[in-house]
Amino acid sequence: MHGPGRLARIEDAGWGALMLEWLLSWVTPLNVHLVLIVIIFNMLVLSAAFMVWMERKVCAYIQDRVGPNRVGVEGVLQPFADVIKLLMKEELRPKAADALLFVIAPVISATAAFAAFSVVPFGTELSLFGLLDQPIPLQVTDVNVAVLVIFAITSMGVYGIVLAGWSSNSKYSLLGGIRSSAQMISYELSYGLALAAVVMLAGSLSLREIVLNQSGTWFGFIPRWYVFLQPLGFLIYMTAGVAETNRAPFDFPEAEQELVAGYHTEYSSMSFALFFLAEYVNMVTVSAVAVSLYLGGWLGPILPDWLAWIWFLVKVFLLLFFYVWMRWTLPRYRYDQLMEFGWKWLLPVATLNLIATAALVLWME
Amino acid sequence: MTMEIFAFFVFAFIAIVASVIVIGQGNPMYSVMSLIGSFGALAGLYVLLDAPFTAVTQIIIYAGAIMVLFLFVVMLLNVPREEPLPPSPIVKILGPTGVKLGALLSALFAAEIVWALSRIGTGSFAEGQAESLSSVRNIGRALFTEHAFAFEATSVLILVAMVGAVVLARKEH
Repeated sequence: MHGPGRLARIEDAGWGALMLEWLLSWVTPLNVHLVLIVIIFNMLVLSAAFMVWMERKVCAYIQDRVGPNRVGVEGVLQPFADVIKLLMKEELRPKAADALLFVIAPVISATAAFAAFSVVPFGTELSLFGLLDQPIPLQVTDVNVAVLVIFAITSMGVYGIVLAGWSSNSKYSLLGGIRSSAQMISYELSYGLALAAVVMLAGSLSLREIVLNQSGTWFGFIPRWYVFLQPLGFLIYMTAGVAETNRAPFDFPEAEQELVAGYHTEYSSMSFALFFLAEYVNMVTVSAVAVSLYLGGWLGPILPDWLAWIWFLVKVFLLLFFYVWMRWTLPRYRYDQLMEFGWKWLLPVATLNLIATAALVLWME
Repeated sequence: MTMEIFAFFVFAFIAIVASVIVIGQGNPMYSVMSLIGSFGALAGLYVLLDAPFTAVTQIIIYAGAIMVLFLFVVMLLNVPREEPLPPSPIVKILGPTGVKLGALLSALFAAEIVWALSRIGTGSFAEGQAESLSSVRNIGRALFTEHAFAFEATSVLILVAMVGAVVLARKEH
């Protein structure tokens, strides 16, 4: 497309045309990909900021208050004010803390949170209105083991929490770190088994293929989403997802009555903000993966292909709202209840779900 | 130098340096962390060999599961630094001879590695093996047909270990 013939075709090209040509020569798949990565990264940061605002607003309305309403229209700029405040704060470090690990821990948390989103597809293939020869998919990378990549990266996120808890050299941090990592490890099993059931149905580990397998409808009006084939799997996934992200009613690291603030008790300023960011980005990722696995990803009626990502955003938003809604409705579990629920209920049910799905797939063949 | 060769040297360098740090310094916490770094670099090498499944399982199983266990043990024992061991009776008896013996052994080992590496042909592996190993479907099929016995034997072994752990952990009433 950007061959030498292009300039020759535009005869007597003026400066404007030359400039346009020069600009168009930059539109290569690699550059578009790089721009896409920057956009996705910033979207994730912004969505975390938006989540903080939404959380405070929804919480306020649930508790019959008004919530933040001073900074910007209805307080939408509140998260930015918070970030500026956090940046201005002094970076404290306990004297007895392990300096290196104390600094690395929040970085690991945030990196793992962002990295997991790299395999999530959020739209159809894009050719920029014909500017690109080969359409590029709307996602950072379409690896053929995407589901496993998500699983691997989530399991790396545990290190941020464990290291933060240990390196702070404080009893609250250590207990909080051990608790939340034990919780994450326990619920990772059910999480993985729920993922495996979907993988069996789709016969693929690529999230893009899993989404495309859900296109079409049953009886003309029910979309062929896996949530209808895997209602139990979806519930297990969401429960385990809430536990994985350490959110209420499983928010033990923030069990303030007993642990102050858990693993991030000793953190302040920007390193605290990184943990905060990681938690919200993790929520977005868990919701986005749930949308891709069970709710048909970007598929939806009415909208043309190049706007399909709006469906994706709508679905993710609804799940995120559900997250917030749940946090302000349900009280926190007790720690032993959480462990009992995870190992004695969720895991057996997830195993049965997997076996039933396997039988179904065999029978359908 | 192509991108892939450059990536190979980066990953190989990280893997070797991290492994040296694992045994080279006294803080067990840092050892665990560098071992994880080394596993990550190995996973990168697997990706370069066109075996993404192996790479991801490497991270899930070794870096994600087994090393968390290591970390917990180190953390709960709370060993701040490894103390150098008191000289063992063998060292006392052999004295400096022991050191010489060790040097001889490591020289032998190095020679062995050089000899083994010199006998490997280049280029044939990547084309022949990686093709069949890269697909998850092929791995699954191979596991449940060709290697079914080994697979089942491993499952039984893990089951025995699990039952043993439960028995050990359970308190008698």
